[in-house]
Amino acid sequence: MTTAILKQPGTTAAKTPAARKPNRSFVHGILTNKKALTGMAVMLVFIALALLAPVLFPGDPSRITAMASMEPSAEHWLGTTAKGQDVLALTVHGSRSSLFVGLTVGFASTFVGILVGLASAYFGKFIDEALSLVTNVFLLLPGLPLLVILAAFLPPGLGTVILVLVVTGWAGSARVLRSQALSIRSKDFVAAAVVSGERAGRIMFREILPNMASIVMGTLLACVIYGIGAQAGLEFLGLGDASTVSWGNNLFWAGNEGALLTGSWWVFVPSGVCIALVAFALALINYAVDEVTNPRLRKIKTPKDTERSAAK
Amino acid sequence: MRFILRRLGFYLIAFWASITLNFLLPRFMPGDPVSRMFARSQDRMQPEQIEALRKLLGVDDRPLWEQYIGYMTNIFTGQMGVSISRFPTPVTEVISSQIGWTLLLGGTALVIAAVVGNLLGVLAAWRRGGAVDSALPPLLVFIGSFPYFWLAMGALYLFGVVLNWFPIRHAFTAGLEPGFTWEFIGDVGAHLVLPALTIVLVSIGGWMLGMRNTMIATNSEDYITMAEAKGLRPGRIMLRYAARNAMLPSVTSFGMGLGFVVGGALLTEVVFAYPGVGYQLLNAVQGLDYPLMQGLFLTITAAVLLANFLVDILYVRLDPRVRSN
Repeated sequence: MTTAILKQPGTTAAKTPAARKPNRSFVHGILTNKKALTGMAVMLVFIALALLAPVLFPGDPSRITAMASMEPSAEHWLGTTAKGQDVLALTVHGSRSSLFVGLTVGFASTFVGILVGLASAYFGKFIDEALSLVTNVFLLLPGLPLLVILAAFLPPGLGTVILVLVVTGWAGSARVLRSQALSIRSKDFVAAAVVSGERAGRIMFREILPNMASIVMGTLLACVIYGIGAQAGLEFLGLGDASTVSWGNNLFWAGNEGALLTGSWWVFVPSGVCIALVAFALALINYAVDEVTNPRLRKIKTPKDTERSAAK
Repeated sequence: MRFILRRLGFYLIAFWASITLNFLLPRFMPGDPVSRMFARSQDRMQPEQIEALRKLLGVDDRPLWEQYIGYMTNIFTGQMGVSISRFPTPVTEVISSQIGWTLLLGGTALVIAAVVGNLLGVLAAWRRGGAVDSALPPLLVFIGSFPYFWLAMGALYLFGVVLNWFPIRHAFTAGLEPGFTWEFIGDVGAHLVLPALTIVLVSIGGWMLGMRNTMIATNSEDYITMAEAKGLRPGRIMLRYAARNAMLPSVTSFGMGLGFVVGGALLTEVVFAYPGVGYQLLNAVQGLDYPLMQGLFLTITAAVLLANFLVDILYVRLDPRVRSN
């Protein structure tokens, strides 16, 4: 749903030919940005692995196929767990759940953030006060303990994990999006739209939203990073969906089966590195979006300009 | 003063929200978790204790608003019921026996990370493009991409298991008599190294980058140029003129960090089996100990709100702009 909204810029941009240019140059800028390319390449590899997992490692990855706690070898590239499962198969299959939950949580919490942020900024007054209060309360409540409490009371399952992560994750994006929407709300073209009698929903989603596409993009990436990390944390605590194979569950079992104490580093290293790589790749794309859309952050060759841009 | 009152009102609302959440969760969750808990542990309890817990957790026939008022009264008079996993210790007693360890661990890590991180940030901004400025930020961002508990596991494996430099579990060696003896303090210190180190490692980057960015803005202020023109020593300008004025955002972060001290060290405490509030919270969850869970969550929330409020008061002292509004 959010993707559909993100693609909307064409509607306002089409009105004036000049407004179209930034859009095209955004795509161009992203595609020529080294950070963005590196990040996207890493993400593509992981998405490909996730999609191809059933082909690469057919069957249930958690079935016991070999001797327990074997070091990496030609037969089992990443060794085996204390139960005798193939670590590589677990890691590749784990990407499916981790990416799925991360993306779902990312899109859902960004969507909630957009709704709250836009409503706050557009309606103002009492609605803004109330929504800001709720947002700030959620920002202040300690995230991890809240996560644990919610997960403990709700019936275990994938739906619970996603719901809990969205509940604890939306507030940050709502605050960022609200302040951006507020500054656009005060622009003349929004006032013109109000005067010309456009409906509230249309102004929010067709006039304001397309103009903050880059912030929405940044928020989305940050939310996906949060989703992947928080899911792993929740599962590591044994509060996730124990029936799926995911990076967090792999780490939970590694800890539970004493992989650290027996020295089986190959059991817990791969899943952790995968989470870090995905988070780092998304962060790179995020920096690139910032660089492309915010001229102040662009690298400028002359030393004087560098100094000025850095001073910001 | 108006500012302080506004903030106080906000924190009270936040606290009310978390109490209400606590009240509603066991009453509206599907699957009736509370009955499950009673089924598991009924034989160990006295009838009147069961009755009290039923009321606390909402398994009674009174109308909802009456339960709500009763619940509020209980919370504000400090009656949080009896822990089930550590029966028959009252919840408040369990919490007070463990919050000290959490404060020790979180406090140590926070102070070290804030001091070292801010100093590194000051240095990075002062020598822009120098060794500290160009090498550390990317490294710290990369470290920050790892899941925190995974880094803790790595540190535990490397320094605890392979190198065997530090103890890997608990807050002190079992069998050692707690007291103010050098032996005990040294033992506690040794147990503190790994958990504190991992927290410092992941949180130092935020301090450094935050300080660096504010400090760069401060460096271009006129009074810095003026100080340079007066011929003051660079070290004095850096610390007394630039860093001092760039401190304000760090004060805010410190307040948020104080909240992290009580609640956020949960994963650390779990990895290192450190007997603090977070570790206890997970144990309570696993043991279906709902009274203890609720008590811990309220304690953690109260600590976060209190820390933030203290920072607000401090802010009024430090920043005259807040006072004039």
